[in-house]
Amino acid sequence: MRYIEPHAHMVSRTTDDYVAMVTAGCKAVCEPAFWAGFDRSSSKGFYDYFRQLTEYEPARAAKFHLPHFSWLCINPKESEDIALANEVIDLIPQFLDKPNVLGIGEIGLNKNSRNEMTILERHVDLAATHKQLILVHTPHLEDKLKGTRLIVDLIKSDSRIDPSRVLIDHVEEHTVKYVMDAGMWGGITLYPESKATAPRAIDILETYGADRLWMNSACDWGVSVPLAVPYAAMEMRRRGYDDDIIDQVFYRSPVAFLRQSPNFQIDQTKP
Amino acid sequence: MKPANPQSPVDLYFMDARSKLIDIAAFMDRVERDQATDDFRYQAFLKALKELENSDRATAVLRSLSDPTSELIPAATTKAACGAPPPADS
Ligand SMILES: [Zn+2]
Repeated sequence: MRYIEPHAHMVSRTTDDYVAMVTAGCKAVCEPAFWAGFDRSSSKGFYDYFRQLTEYEPARAAKFHLPHFSWLCINPKESEDIALANEVIDLIPQFLDKPNVLGIGEIGLNKNSRNEMTILERHVDLAATHKQLILVHTPHLEDKLKGTRLIVDLIKSDSRIDPSRVLIDHVEEHTVKYVMDAGMWGGITLYPESKATAPRAIDILETYGADRLWMNSACDWGVSVPLAVPYAAMEMRRRGYDDDIIDQVFYRSPVAFLRQSPNFQIDQTKP
Repeated sequence: MKPANPQSPVDLYFMDARSKLIDIAAFMDRVERDQATDDFRYQAFLKALKELENSDRATAVLRSLSDPTSELIPAATTKAACGAPPPADS
Protein backbone atom coordinates (compact mmCIF):
# COMPACT_ATOMS: atom_id res chain seq x y z
CA MET A 1 0.00 0.00 0.00
CA ARG A 2 0.95 3.67 -0.25
CA TYR A 3 -0.06 6.21 2.38
CA ILE A 4 0.50 9.75 3.61
CA GLU A 5 1.29 10.44 7.27
CA PRO A 6 -0.36 13.86 7.56
CA HIS A 7 0.57 14.57 11.19
CA ALA A 8 3.74 13.30 12.87
CA HIS A 9 6.26 15.01 15.13
CA MET A 10 9.33 13.40 13.64
CA VAL A 11 11.80 15.57 15.57
CA SER A 12 10.79 13.39 18.55
CA ARG A 13 11.19 10.09 16.72
CA THR A 14 14.12 7.87 15.86
CA THR A 15 15.52 6.98 12.47
CA ASP A 16 14.11 3.47 13.08
CA ASP A 17 10.66 5.03 12.81
CA TYR A 18 11.54 6.55 9.44
CA VAL A 19 12.68 3.13 8.23
CA ALA A 20 9.50 1.45 9.49
CA MET A 21 7.22 4.09 7.95
CA VAL A 22 8.91 4.00 4.55
CA THR A 23 8.89 0.19 4.62
CA ALA A 24 5.14 0.28 5.34
CA GLY A 25 4.53 2.47 2.27
CA CYS A 26 4.70 6.04 3.56
CA LYS A 27 5.09 8.47 0.64
CA ALA A 28 5.18 11.78 2.56
CA VAL A 29 5.21 12.94 6.17
CA CYS A 30 3.83 16.27 7.40
CA GLU A 31 5.04 17.76 10.67
CA PRO A 32 3.14 20.51 12.49
CA ALA A 33 4.94 22.72 15.00
CA PHE A 34 3.99 21.68 18.54
CA TRP A 35 4.84 21.79 22.22
CA ALA A 36 8.19 20.26 23.12
CA GLY A 37 6.87 18.79 26.39
CA PHE A 38 8.37 21.76 28.25
CA ASP A 39 8.00 25.52 27.79
CA ARG A 40 10.70 27.09 25.67
CA SER A 41 12.34 29.97 27.54
CA SER A 42 12.41 32.51 24.69
CA SER A 43 11.50 33.10 21.07
CA LYS A 44 15.06 32.10 20.14
CA GLY A 45 14.11 28.52 21.00
CA PHE A 46 11.32 28.75 18.42
CA TYR A 47 13.65 30.25 15.81
CA ASP A 48 15.86 27.19 16.17
CA TYR A 49 12.83 24.89 16.10
CA PHE A 50 11.54 26.47 12.87
CA ARG A 51 14.98 25.93 11.33
CA GLN A 52 14.83 22.33 12.46
CA LEU A 53 11.38 21.88 10.85
CA THR A 54 12.30 23.58 7.58
CA GLU A 55 15.96 22.62 7.09
CA TYR A 56 17.27 19.80 9.24
CA GLU A 57 14.29 17.44 9.52
CA PRO A 58 13.53 17.40 5.75
CA ALA A 59 17.20 16.54 5.17
CA ARG A 60 17.01 13.73 7.75
CA ALA A 61 13.83 12.35 6.15
CA ALA A 62 15.41 12.58 2.69
CA LYS A 63 18.05 10.09 3.79
CA PHE A 64 15.16 7.60 3.94
CA HIS A 65 13.69 8.84 0.62
CA LEU A 66 10.71 10.34 2.42
CA PRO A 67 9.44 13.81 1.42
CA HIS A 68 8.98 15.90 4.59
CA PHE A 69 6.68 18.92 4.95
CA SER A 70 6.05 21.20 7.90
CA TRP A 71 3.55 23.61 9.42
CA LEU A 72 4.60 26.60 11.54
CA CYS A 73 3.10 28.30 14.62
CA ILE A 74 3.38 28.64 18.36
CA ASN A 75 1.21 25.91 19.82
CA PRO A 76 -1.74 26.78 22.07
CA LYS A 77 -0.06 25.25 25.13
CA GLU A 78 2.46 28.11 25.05
CA SER A 79 0.15 30.92 23.99
CA GLU A 80 -0.94 31.82 27.52
CA ASP A 81 2.25 33.94 27.56
CA ILE A 82 1.01 36.58 25.12
CA ALA A 83 4.28 38.51 24.87
CA LEU A 84 6.26 35.39 23.98
CA ALA A 85 3.58 34.21 21.55
CA ASN A 86 3.55 37.54 19.72
CA GLU A 87 7.34 37.46 19.38
CA VAL A 88 7.16 33.95 17.93
CA ILE A 89 4.41 34.83 15.45
CA ASP A 90 6.56 37.73 14.24
CA LEU A 91 9.28 35.17 13.39
CA ILE A 92 7.06 33.03 11.18
CA PRO A 93 6.80 35.05 7.91
CA GLN A 94 10.54 34.75 7.20
CA PHE A 95 10.08 30.94 7.12
CA LEU A 96 6.95 30.82 4.95
CA ASP A 97 8.86 30.70 1.67
CA LYS A 98 10.88 27.65 2.72
CA PRO A 99 10.11 24.94 0.15
CA ASN A 100 8.60 22.41 2.60
CA VAL A 101 6.19 24.72 4.44
CA LEU A 102 2.49 23.87 3.94
CA GLY A 103 0.87 26.48 6.14
CA ILE A 104 0.09 27.62 9.68
CA GLY A 105 -0.35 24.87 12.28
CA GLU A 106 -1.08 23.21 14.51
CA ILE A 107 -2.83 26.23 15.95
CA GLY A 108 -5.94 26.17 18.10
CA LEU A 109 -6.90 26.09 21.75
CA ASN A 110 -5.79 23.97 24.69
CA LYS A 111 -7.71 25.05 27.82
CA ASN A 112 -10.04 27.45 25.95
CA SER A 113 -8.64 30.59 27.60
CA ARG A 114 -8.85 34.21 26.51
CA ASN A 115 -5.12 34.49 25.77
CA GLU A 116 -5.17 31.29 23.75
CA MET A 117 -8.01 32.78 21.67
CA THR A 118 -6.13 36.06 21.16
CA ILE A 119 -3.14 34.16 19.78
CA LEU A 120 -5.37 31.90 17.67
CA GLU A 121 -6.88 35.03 16.09
CA ARG A 122 -3.38 36.29 15.24
CA HIS A 123 -2.49 32.97 13.63
CA VAL A 124 -5.67 32.95 11.54
CA ASP A 125 -4.90 36.51 10.42
CA LEU A 126 -1.35 35.43 9.52
CA ALA A 127 -2.71 32.55 7.42
CA ALA A 128 -5.22 34.82 5.68
CA THR A 129 -2.64 37.52 4.98
CA HIS A 130 -0.13 35.06 3.53
CA LYS A 131 -2.75 32.79 1.86
CA GLN A 132 -1.62 29.74 3.84
CA LEU A 133 -3.44 26.51 4.60
CA ILE A 134 -4.51 26.07 8.24
CA LEU A 135 -4.05 22.99 10.44
CA VAL A 136 -5.89 23.14 13.77
CA HIS A 137 -5.23 21.24 17.00
CA THR A 138 -8.40 20.80 19.04
CA PRO A 139 -8.21 20.51 22.84
CA HIS A 140 -7.97 17.29 24.79
CA LEU A 141 -10.67 15.25 26.50
CA GLU A 142 -13.24 17.34 28.39
CA ASP A 143 -12.09 20.55 26.68
CA LYS A 144 -12.47 19.28 23.10
CA LEU A 145 -16.17 19.85 22.41
CA LYS A 146 -16.20 23.43 23.64
CA GLY A 147 -12.83 24.23 22.03
CA THR A 148 -13.80 22.78 18.65
CA ARG A 149 -16.91 24.95 18.51
CA LEU A 150 -14.99 28.08 19.50
CA ILE A 151 -12.28 27.43 16.89
CA VAL A 152 -14.64 26.56 14.03
CA ASP A 153 -16.82 29.59 14.80
CA LEU A 154 -13.81 31.91 14.81
CA ILE A 155 -12.47 30.64 11.47
CA LYS A 156 -15.94 30.67 9.89
CA SER A 157 -16.31 34.32 10.88
CA ASP A 158 -13.24 35.30 8.81
CA SER A 159 -14.47 35.72 5.23
CA ARG A 160 -10.90 35.65 3.91
CA ILE A 161 -10.57 31.97 4.86
CA ASP A 162 -11.91 29.28 2.50
CA PRO A 163 -13.11 26.48 4.83
CA SER A 164 -11.93 23.81 2.38
CA ARG A 165 -8.37 25.01 3.10
CA VAL A 166 -8.74 24.34 6.84
CA LEU A 167 -8.24 20.98 8.55
CA ILE A 168 -9.52 20.55 12.09
CA ASP A 169 -7.51 17.77 13.68
CA HIS A 170 -8.22 15.30 16.49
CA VAL A 171 -11.96 15.11 15.75
CA GLU A 172 -14.00 12.44 17.53
CA GLU A 173 -17.60 11.29 17.30
CA HIS A 174 -18.94 14.33 19.20
CA THR A 175 -17.06 16.96 17.17
CA VAL A 176 -16.79 15.61 13.63
CA LYS A 177 -20.25 16.75 12.51
CA TYR A 178 -19.61 20.36 13.53
CA VAL A 179 -16.45 20.35 11.40
CA MET A 180 -18.06 18.63 8.40
CA ASP A 181 -21.07 20.99 8.50
CA ALA A 182 -18.66 23.96 8.40
CA GLY A 183 -17.19 22.67 5.10
CA MET A 184 -13.78 22.05 6.66
CA TRP A 185 -11.65 18.92 6.65
CA GLY A 186 -11.28 16.71 9.72
CA GLY A 187 -8.35 14.69 11.00
CA ILE A 188 -8.80 11.58 13.13
CA THR A 189 -5.86 10.84 15.40
CA LEU A 190 -5.12 7.22 16.24
CA TYR A 191 -3.87 7.00 19.82
CA PRO A 192 -3.75 3.96 22.10
CA GLU A 193 -5.69 5.62 24.97
CA SER A 194 -7.11 9.02 24.08
CA LYS A 195 -8.51 10.43 20.82
CA ALA A 196 -9.61 7.54 18.54
CA THR A 197 -8.87 3.87 17.91
CA ALA A 198 -8.78 2.45 14.38
CA PRO A 199 -12.22 0.79 14.68
CA ARG A 200 -13.78 4.07 15.84
CA ALA A 201 -12.01 6.00 13.10
CA ILE A 202 -13.44 3.65 10.48
CA ASP A 203 -16.90 3.99 12.07
CA ILE A 204 -16.59 7.77 11.60
CA LEU A 205 -15.62 7.31 7.93
CA GLU A 206 -18.57 4.98 7.43
CA THR A 207 -20.87 7.65 8.87
CA TYR A 208 -19.44 10.78 7.23
CA GLY A 209 -17.58 9.48 4.16
CA ALA A 210 -13.90 9.82 3.36
CA ASP A 211 -14.07 12.91 1.13
CA ARG A 212 -12.90 15.37 3.81
CA LEU A 213 -11.42 13.15 6.52
CA TRP A 214 -7.97 11.75 7.06
CA MET A 215 -6.27 9.61 9.70
CA ASN A 216 -2.96 10.36 11.35
CA SER A 217 -0.73 8.93 14.07
CA ALA A 218 0.26 12.32 15.58
CA CYS A 219 3.25 10.39 16.91
CA ASP A 220 5.44 12.47 19.19
CA TRP A 221 7.46 12.07 22.42
CA GLY A 222 4.41 10.67 24.27
CA VAL A 223 2.49 7.39 24.08
CA SER A 224 1.83 7.10 20.32
CA VAL A 225 2.41 4.69 17.45
CA PRO A 226 4.24 5.87 14.31
CA LEU A 227 2.69 3.05 12.25
CA ALA A 228 -0.87 3.72 13.47
CA VAL A 229 -1.97 4.79 9.97
CA PRO A 230 -0.98 1.57 8.13
CA TYR A 231 -2.36 -0.41 11.10
CA ALA A 232 -5.71 1.33 10.52
CA ALA A 233 -5.49 0.32 6.85
CA MET A 234 -5.06 -3.26 8.06
CA GLU A 235 -8.18 -2.83 10.19
CA MET A 236 -10.09 -1.64 7.12
CA ARG A 237 -8.98 -4.78 5.28
CA ARG A 238 -10.30 -6.90 8.17
CA ARG A 239 -13.64 -5.18 7.68
CA GLY A 240 -13.70 -6.14 4.03
CA TYR A 241 -12.54 -2.95 2.30
CA ASP A 242 -10.71 -3.32 -0.99
CA ASP A 243 -7.43 -1.75 -2.10
CA ASP A 244 -9.10 1.07 -4.04
CA ILE A 245 -10.98 2.49 -1.03
CA ILE A 246 -7.92 2.04 1.16
CA ASP A 247 -5.84 3.98 -1.38
CA GLN A 248 -8.48 6.72 -1.42
CA VAL A 249 -8.58 7.03 2.37
CA PHE A 250 -4.87 6.86 3.08
CA TYR A 251 -3.37 8.43 -0.03
CA ARG A 252 -5.64 10.19 -2.51
CA SER A 253 -7.75 11.97 0.08
CA PRO A 254 -4.89 13.50 2.12
CA VAL A 255 -3.12 14.41 -1.13
CA ALA A 256 -6.26 16.26 -2.27
CA PHE A 257 -6.13 18.50 0.79
CA LEU A 258 -2.36 18.94 0.97
CA ARG A 259 -1.83 19.79 -2.69
CA GLN A 260 -3.82 22.96 -2.13
CA SER A 261 -0.39 24.17 -0.99
CA PRO A 262 1.88 24.68 -4.00
CA ASN A 263 4.74 23.37 -1.87
CA PHE A 264 3.21 19.90 -1.56
CA GLN A 265 5.07 18.23 -4.40
CA ILE A 266 5.46 14.46 -4.46
CA ASP A 267 5.81 12.10 -7.36
CA GLN A 268 2.29 10.68 -7.56
CA THR A 269 3.10 8.45 -10.51
CA LYS A 270 5.22 6.16 -8.32
CA PRO A 271 3.29 3.20 -6.87
CA MET B 1 -18.59 4.34 2.75
CA LYS B 2 -19.20 0.58 2.87
CA PRO B 3 -16.85 -2.39 2.43
CA ALA B 4 -16.98 -4.57 -0.67
CA ASN B 5 -17.03 -7.71 1.51
CA PRO B 6 -18.76 -6.73 4.78
CA GLN B 7 -17.77 -8.76 7.86
CA SER B 8 -19.90 -9.31 10.93
CA PRO B 9 -19.05 -6.65 13.54
CA VAL B 10 -19.82 -9.19 16.24
CA ASP B 11 -17.36 -11.67 14.74
CA LEU B 12 -14.75 -8.94 14.50
CA TYR B 13 -15.22 -7.09 17.78
CA PHE B 14 -17.09 -9.17 20.35
CA MET B 15 -14.02 -10.57 22.11
CA ASP B 16 -12.39 -7.13 22.27
CA ALA B 17 -15.55 -5.50 23.63
CA ARG B 18 -16.08 -8.37 26.09
CA SER B 19 -12.56 -7.85 27.41
CA LYS B 20 -13.09 -4.08 27.79
CA LEU B 21 -16.44 -4.63 29.50
CA ILE B 22 -14.80 -6.89 32.11
CA ASP B 23 -12.05 -4.28 32.57
CA ILE B 24 -14.75 -1.67 33.27
CA ALA B 25 -16.43 -4.00 35.77
CA ALA B 26 -13.12 -4.68 37.51
CA PHE B 27 -12.30 -0.96 37.55
CA MET B 28 -15.61 -0.19 39.27
CA ASP B 29 -15.05 -2.98 41.82
CA ARG B 30 -11.56 -1.62 42.50
CA VAL B 31 -12.75 1.96 43.00
CA GLU B 32 -15.49 0.76 45.38
CA ARG B 33 -13.07 -1.46 47.27
CA ASP B 34 -10.70 1.46 47.74
CA GLN B 35 -13.60 3.78 48.66
CA ALA B 36 -12.73 6.28 45.94
CA THR B 37 -16.25 6.62 44.55
CA ASP B 38 -16.52 10.31 45.56
CA ASP B 39 -13.90 11.35 43.01
CA PHE B 40 -15.56 13.68 40.48
CA ARG B 41 -14.04 11.69 37.63
CA TYR B 42 -15.65 8.50 38.87
CA GLN B 43 -18.98 10.25 39.32
CA ALA B 44 -18.69 11.52 35.73
CA PHE B 45 -17.89 7.97 34.65
CA LEU B 46 -21.06 6.62 36.32
CA LYS B 47 -23.13 9.34 34.66
CA ALA B 48 -21.60 8.56 31.25
CA LEU B 49 -22.35 4.85 31.68
CA LYS B 50 -26.06 5.69 31.60
CA GLU B 51 -25.60 6.88 28.00
CA LEU B 52 -25.08 3.24 26.97
CA GLU B 53 -28.81 2.69 27.32
CA ASN B 54 -29.63 4.83 24.26
CA SER B 55 -28.43 4.97 20.64
CA ASP B 56 -25.52 7.03 19.30
CA ARG B 57 -23.61 5.97 22.40
CA ALA B 58 -20.06 7.03 21.53
CA THR B 59 -21.19 10.61 20.86
CA ALA B 60 -23.36 10.65 23.97
CA VAL B 61 -20.60 9.31 26.24
CA LEU B 62 -18.11 11.86 24.86
CA ARG B 63 -20.61 14.68 25.35
CA SER B 64 -21.33 13.53 28.86
CA LEU B 65 -17.61 13.75 29.68
CA SER B 66 -17.26 17.23 28.12
CA ASP B 67 -17.14 20.70 29.64
CA PRO B 68 -20.73 21.93 29.11
CA THR B 69 -19.84 25.65 29.21
CA SER B 70 -19.26 27.82 26.15
CA GLU B 71 -17.38 30.86 27.50
CA LEU B 72 -13.60 31.32 27.33
CA ILE B 73 -11.95 30.91 30.74
CA PRO B 74 -10.03 33.94 32.12
CA ALA B 75 -6.66 32.15 32.08
CA ALA B 76 -5.18 28.69 31.65
CA THR B 77 -3.72 27.63 35.00
CA THR B 78 -2.73 24.17 33.82
CA LYS B 79 -1.93 22.59 30.45
CA ALA B 80 -3.48 19.22 31.23
CA ALA B 81 -6.99 17.81 30.84
CA CYS B 82 -8.26 15.13 33.21
CA GLY B 83 -11.02 13.46 31.19
CA ALA B 84 -14.07 14.89 32.96
CA PRO B 85 -15.10 18.48 33.68
CA PRO B 86 -13.77 19.43 37.13
CA PRO B 87 -16.31 20.69 39.72
CA ALA B 88 -17.04 24.40 39.36
CA ASP B 89 -15.29 25.32 42.64
CA SER B 90 -11.97 23.63 41.81
ZN1 LIG C 1 0.41 17.18 16.95
